[in-house]
Amino acid sequence: MAEQDITQETSRVYSLNLGPQHPSTHGVLRILLDLDGEYIVKADPVIGYGHRGHEKMGENRPYKQFLPNSSRMDYLSGMIFNHGFVLAVEKLVGIEVPERAKYIRVIASELNRISSHLLWFGTYVMDLGGFTPFLYAFDDREQILDILDSVSGSRLTYSYCRFGGVCRDVDSRFIDMTRAFLKRMETRWADYDNLVTKNIIFIHRTRDVGIIDRELCRQYGVTGPNLRACGVSFDVRRSEPYEVYDRLDFEVPTGSKGDALDRYDVRFKEMQQSCRIIDQALDQLPGGAFVAEKVPQKLKPPKGDVYTAFESARGLSAYYMVSDGSPGPYRCHIRVPSFGNLNALNDVLPGTMVADAISILGSIDVVIPEIDR
Amino acid sequence: MSSDWFRLILGLLIALGFSQLNALFLVWLERKVAGHIQLRPGPMEVGPHGLLQTIADGVKLVGKELILPFKADRKLFFLAPVLVFTPVLVGFLVLPFGQNMIIRDMNLGVLLIFGFSTITVLAILAGGWASNNKYALLGAVRSVAQNIAYEIPLLLSVMSVVLMVNSLSFSEIVNSQKTVWFIFLQPLAGLIYLISATAETNRAPFDIPEAESELVAGFHTEYSGMGFGLFFLAEYTNMFIVCAVATSLFFGGWQGLFGINLGIPGVFWFLFKTYALIFIIMWVRWTFPRVRFDQLMNFAWKVMIPLSLVNLVITAIVLKFV
Repeated sequence: MAEQDITQETSRVYSLNLGPQHPSTHGVLRILLDLDGEYIVKADPVIGYGHRGHEKMGENRPYKQFLPNSSRMDYLSGMIFNHGFVLAVEKLVGIEVPERAKYIRVIASELNRISSHLLWFGTYVMDLGGFTPFLYAFDDREQILDILDSVSGSRLTYSYCRFGGVCRDVDSRFIDMTRAFLKRMETRWADYDNLVTKNIIFIHRTRDVGIIDRELCRQYGVTGPNLRACGVSFDVRRSEPYEVYDRLDFEVPTGSKGDALDRYDVRFKEMQQSCRIIDQALDQLPGGAFVAEKVPQKLKPPKGDVYTAFESARGLSAYYMVSDGSPGPYRCHIRVPSFGNLNALNDVLPGTMVADAISILGSIDVVIPEIDR
Repeated sequence: MSSDWFRLILGLLIALGFSQLNALFLVWLERKVAGHIQLRPGPMEVGPHGLLQTIADGVKLVGKELILPFKADRKLFFLAPVLVFTPVLVGFLVLPFGQNMIIRDMNLGVLLIFGFSTITVLAILAGGWASNNKYALLGAVRSVAQNIAYEIPLLLSVMSVVLMVNSLSFSEIVNSQKTVWFIFLQPLAGLIYLISATAETNRAPFDIPEAESELVAGFHTEYSGMGFGLFFLAEYTNMFIVCAVATSLFFGGWQGLFGINLGIPGVFWFLFKTYALIFIIMWVRWTFPRVRFDQLMNFAWKVMIPLSLVNLVITAIVLKFV
């Protein structure tokens, strides 16, 4: 299609290949657009460029060896996917986790959620043409990466959670850095409000753009901030609390219309709520062991299956694993939120302009390697 | 006669040199301004505070291969970057840098500068069309629609000033601002001019012809090497010209404020004001997101043009009866 000579085009509708190499398709997404002038007639996301076979890899190795893979699917919330994976295995094997480890995991996961949302915030505003907030957000994100780096030794693919706890205890330096970060962010939210949220051009670019309503969410399985933006208060951390989320006081922000502005607002407030969660978790952080003592080197789970849902930065994620009694899973399936979120584009994009397509794609916040896995 | 020709040729040569130097400086300035707005230092490596960075970049661009895309229109493709630079150069002929620092003081100076600036659109359309690339074509089409829409309020706001002076000559317009700048008498026209000029030069938040997140690079997507370089230089020279015109029309040109010029030569006043305006345009670019195409057109046709028409009519009535 792309090689077609446009000077020879006779029909009104022409097709445009948006991606896989395009500044705004974030990774290797390709969208086939049928355009009438600047208006989109049909949109068809093409996925699969980043397929690495993670699920198959899970099936032919022990549970322990799959741990590094878990942070390489959604590389922006690697800590949360680590966390979800160890939760699933602990449930399958029946490992008791010390209190302190639970808190540390929650703090690390929420830090990771903020870093993921900050990156989304920066790139989304950049998609809309504002370059400066991008660098501001990256400056903040850098603080989080430093914090997580200090405990896990890695900036993106952490592998920090272990079966029965975490691999390294947090020290006073970690707590000081996290406290300093929370303090820094208090003033940053106002900066972002002034720079972006209250900007008239930004509001006009996002209000009533790309409305994903409840019905559409139900049809495509849209979850996470995209679902909450249309008023459905569904958050795994609240509806099926894992770890210590039931002991922490936080709100689940919701929108009303489900347009890009609502999705922006929900994510923005979620970052603030995550800060609240971290603050409380640091206050309540108990002493004791950071990893369970009796975790066997070779896991031999009983026959059966396990399903563990958790809330990643992008929505409802889950591990479903079937054990046949061997050291590795018989089947390892991962439910990723971006797949459903992305496919809603089929219904949302037609009728909008090319500029809106970029705005909508950015507001949905997809991570393509997570879909391709 | 011969001294006239001599003045013209010498002036054009100086303009050519100045426009290149100015563009190099502006590219550096933009990167510095962007850097400091974004809490980073900007270019620092080549020369003191990165002053020679753009020269290094220019040398690199000259050394790059000129790539002709598949099935592109060869003649038009290479003509467009040259075409985009000529009108910009002509603009320098009538710009009043100082009391006597004007290459050719025409009584139609204002008309000439805006007449020629329209050719830029033609060059952009030619470049976008000849590239045989859908992104480039979309960018070119956007550019034409945008420039036509914003040319009207731009000219109407200039008309208000011209009515007040009763002349199209730059030196007369500047001379009549000896005591009060026109920005104080025509604030609305001044504002409309600045907004339209930002749109005319395809600068953010009106940079939709080259919106990099939507159209990759818009009309110059397929240009490499100096082809790209010329578009780039033209953008910055164009920016200088619209700001220089704004200085002459609304901010008193080479005159000081309220007739006080502190003994500073006029040319410095002129350059200072022009670069201050350029700085504001850069500041806007690094602060605002981009508007959408239909919003841009609505803003031009539903807000800017009616406002500038009303302003023109009021100016005419006041001048007639007061």
